Amino acid sequence: MTKFLQTLMDGTAVGSLYALIALGYTMVYGILRFINFAHSDVFMLGAWFSYEVAKIMGWTGQDQSHPVWASAFVIVAVMVACGTLGFVIERGAYRPLRSAPRINVLITAIGVSLFLENSGQLPFLLGTQPQRMPTLMPEHALFAVAGVSVRAVDLLVIGISFALMALLEWIIYGTKLGLAMRAVSYDTKVAALMGIPVDRVISMTFVVGSALAAAAGFLYATKYPGINQPAHPTWVLLGLKAFVAAVVGGIGNLRGAMAGGLMIGLVELFGAAYLSPHLRDVYVFTLLILVLLFRPEGLLGKATIEKV
Amino acid sequence: MLRLNDLHVHYGAVHALQGVELEVNQGEIVTLIGSNGAGKSTTLRAISGMLRPSRGTIDFEGKPIAGLAPHVVVGLGIAHSPEGRGVFANLTVEENLQVGAYTRSDKAGIAEDMKKVYGLFPRLEERRRQLAGTLSGGEQQMLAMGRALLARPRLLLLDEPSLGLAPQIVKVIFQIIRDINALGTTILLVEQNAHKALEVANRGYVIEVGKIVLADDAKVLAASDEVRKAYLGG
Ligand SMILES: Nc1ncnc2c1ncn2[C@@H]1O[C@H](COP(=O)(O)OP(=O)(O)OP(=O)(O)O)[C@@H](O)[C@H]1O
Ligand SMILES: [Mg+2]
Repeated sequence: MTKFLQTLMDGTAVGSLYALIALGYTMVYGILRFINFAHSDVFMLGAWFSYEVAKIMGWTGQDQSHPVWASAFVIVAVMVACGTLGFVIERGAYRPLRSAPRINVLITAIGVSLFLENSGQLPFLLGTQPQRMPTLMPEHALFAVAGVSVRAVDLLVIGISFALMALLEWIIYGTKLGLAMRAVSYDTKVAALMGIPVDRVISMTFVVGSALAAAAGFLYATKYPGINQPAHPTWVLLGLKAFVAAVVGGIGNLRGAMAGGLMIGLVELFGAAYLSPHLRDVYVFTLLILVLLFRPEGLLGKATIEKV
Repeated sequence: MLRLNDLHVHYGAVHALQGVELEVNQGEIVTLIGSNGAGKSTTLRAISGMLRPSRGTIDFEGKPIAGLAPHVVVGLGIAHSPEGRGVFANLTVEENLQVGAYTRSDKAGIAEDMKKVYGLFPRLEERRRQLAGTLSGGEQQMLAMGRALLARPRLLLLDEPSLGLAPQIVKVIFQIIRDINALGTTILLVEQNAHKALEVANRGYVIEVGKIVLADDAKVLAASDEVRKAYLGG
């Protein structure tokens, strides 16, 4: 029972981080029909910027001596920073290719990804060494349920992720911007004809998706404080699993990305806990293969004909 | 109100409009008729900013608008209900109408126009929470027209509103075109159903391979031998 609850909690936490990242993949795909390979790097930078911002603010200790609002400050700062970065990436790299064949955009996205990873390792930027995220959130156990000690940091990771997903739901289904995003994702030309400034809506999609990835980066660094260097393969693997989450849920579908993320997190951690901890990645990709075989449109996706 | 002067449009190497001259006056219904591929839709697309003309001018209420972005043109008072309707199947009926009002921020005015549109199309009100993709063809056409009206345009561009609809529905659609006009909106109507179009319009233009070949009062055109032979089936 203890093991089960512990795994459930960790799986939900990791899954909600995958979900936050998956949302960015799925929103960009929904509007531009391409996979933004640089998205996992925005997540990586979210983690790194969290470390850098904490350092600048002088919150470097592991002793939990920092103000209670430190986490709030850092998460907002990195969301703004990565949101801006997402804006710049779209503006500089993808918008000039708006009418180019999709393969050109895909290759450019890989280029942007490699650029961010490798330039991030320059000695005067983030460097080639892993770093340790300072402890900004209380790590002591709050209470115990059936022998599982619940830490504040675990609750915060899950709570903030779900709050951000609820906020996104509201943006997409409750605001004029969200209405515009849904219209643009269905038919760009007609959306423009209706007076929607399509380029601005696409920019905002990148800003929102990147800010969510940044939040995931911060939460990841908070839960797993060892931050690997920018070009370390774990980042790509994490991004890839988030992408798998988007595909499993039905790419282009927001709720699908949320559900897919949670599912991937739970499958991965339950597999690790009850089968073998060495095959974590295998469970994820097996799930992907099963979904692609039996429900290629994804769990919540609709079977659609590819638009040309 | 609207004047096209020596308008040329190219699609790559295809010279689709070759010097179109056309005028719409305040309060009129003007129809543009012609056979498949003559350049009717292209003309509307150039007006609404979907296409940039390679030569010539488009003036709306005295201001040059050729080459402006579509969202700017909508803001100036021209709404375009495109060929094939183009409703957003993933949005509800009401959300489609809200998209039509995208450039506006006067909440009270939008609510008032929403009511007006539901008055014109009671069927849309019954289905306001339904996804637009589940509507019938006729209902989708009504939605496309209603959505264009929510921009509160002074000039409404309609591209083949009767396409693919049953005669009964076509009748309704044309009656609504009259109603919209009677409420004060000027209309430029593109149609293949020349018979019906000339019946509702004040004036008409005939386009052939990118050039206007005839322009006259709708009644005169409907009675002319050339039009009857080519477009009215005798
Ligand atoms: N996207 C495009 N690319 C290349 N050529 C095009 C494109 N759209 C239209 N054309 C060409 O331009 C010409 C005019 O087309 P347009 O769509 O304006 O005709 P139309 O009068 O609206 O015809 P229909 O009654 O079939 O709708 C045609 O020869 C057509 O093949
Ligand atoms: Mg046409």
